Amino acid sequence: MRAARTILAVLALVLAVRSPAWADPPFDPKDPAMAKYISGDKRSGYTFAEPETRAMQDDDFMNPAMLWVGKGETLWSTVEGSAGKSCASCHGKAEETMTTAGAHYPKYDAGERKVVNLEQRINLCRSQAMGAAEWKYESEPLLAMTTYVKMQSRGVPVSVVVDGPAAPWFDAGRRFYYERRGLNDVACAHCHVDHWGQHIRTELLSQGMTNGFPTYRLKWQKLGSLHRRMAGCNEEIRAEPYPLGSFEYVALELYLAWRAQGLLVETPSVRK
Amino acid sequence: MPTPKVKFNETAAKGDILEVKTMIDHDMESGQRKDAAGKVVPRKIINAFACTLNGKMLFSAELAPAISANPALNFFFTATESGTLEFKWTDDDGSVYGLSRPLTVT
Repeated sequence: MRAARTILAVLALVLAVRSPAWADPPFDPKDPAMAKYISGDKRSGYTFAEPETRAMQDDDFMNPAMLWVGKGETLWSTVEGSAGKSCASCHGKAEETMTTAGAHYPKYDAGERKVVNLEQRINLCRSQAMGAAEWKYESEPLLAMTTYVKMQSRGVPVSVVVDGPAAPWFDAGRRFYYERRGLNDVACAHCHVDHWGQHIRTELLSQGMTNGFPTYRLKWQKLGSLHRRMAGCNEEIRAEPYPLGSFEYVALELYLAWRAQGLLVETPSVRK
Repeated sequence: MPTPKVKFNETAAKGDILEVKTMIDHDMESGQRKDAAGKVVPRKIINAFACTLNGKMLFSAELAPAISANPALNFFFTATESGTLEFKWTDDDGSVYGLSRPLTVT
């Protein structure tokens, strides 16, 4: 009898330690308003954000990223390049033709024989179909266009193809994710798989889901791409960041998109 | 060229309390930062905002360098008369960005 009680006590202790600790900001996983930001055990960065930050994202007028969306909308129908075309010449209305595109990138491009992300796809269109100069990575027009296009897929679950010709990129991305790097000798997975929901000093660690990018980051005071965030992560662990748009980051982006599969695209998101 | 935007209920009943939301895209360069060469980036912020209804002041604000980029200013007022709401943002370089919207009070 005493043995049984001891076992029960130990079991209770184990359960108490192992039960999920919903870290602050206080967040109720059963709150119906949060349901669309959770898929199985995946949680969008939205659920880790402060209530005030969430309110900014919820209101399209108060979401500062919408300023870029407006610029993207103008660029969509702006004729540029030697072919005398705009995005709209081939793709018509973005609201009708781009309704799922944002959820399926990065994607293998048969013509380029490599995996390209949405930014690179837009630049390929510019250089090949429009005969226009490519936009620099992280430049205002490229951010605006990427956000405008990806926003059309808002509410569509992320789903990417990771087998077939995309497999080498996916494998490289997964390797990157679990590889220790930098002076701090940590991998992406240490923070975002093993310790999400806990604090690293004052920072609340999220699961590192990518469904809201490009995101308006209050710290940056502007819109930024996923690759900029990756470079920031690398710098924080004292590792040399890779160039934006590099093979390493596109491969990682593909792996991260696979991790976020099932979560809904919420571009343009607002984060701290 | 910054593009301001505003939002409020353009038709209201007399006595209604209206919320006006405004936002303008602006870098709000504080004048405290240095560029890669170590030179101070000159200050360039929106330093004043004003909203008038038929020429009468409804709401005004002085903005300071610590205010974030893309400043959003929201305020409330009681609807008393129909007319035109004029919004005015003043930049450090002297340019003024304006916007006007009709208001119908019944």
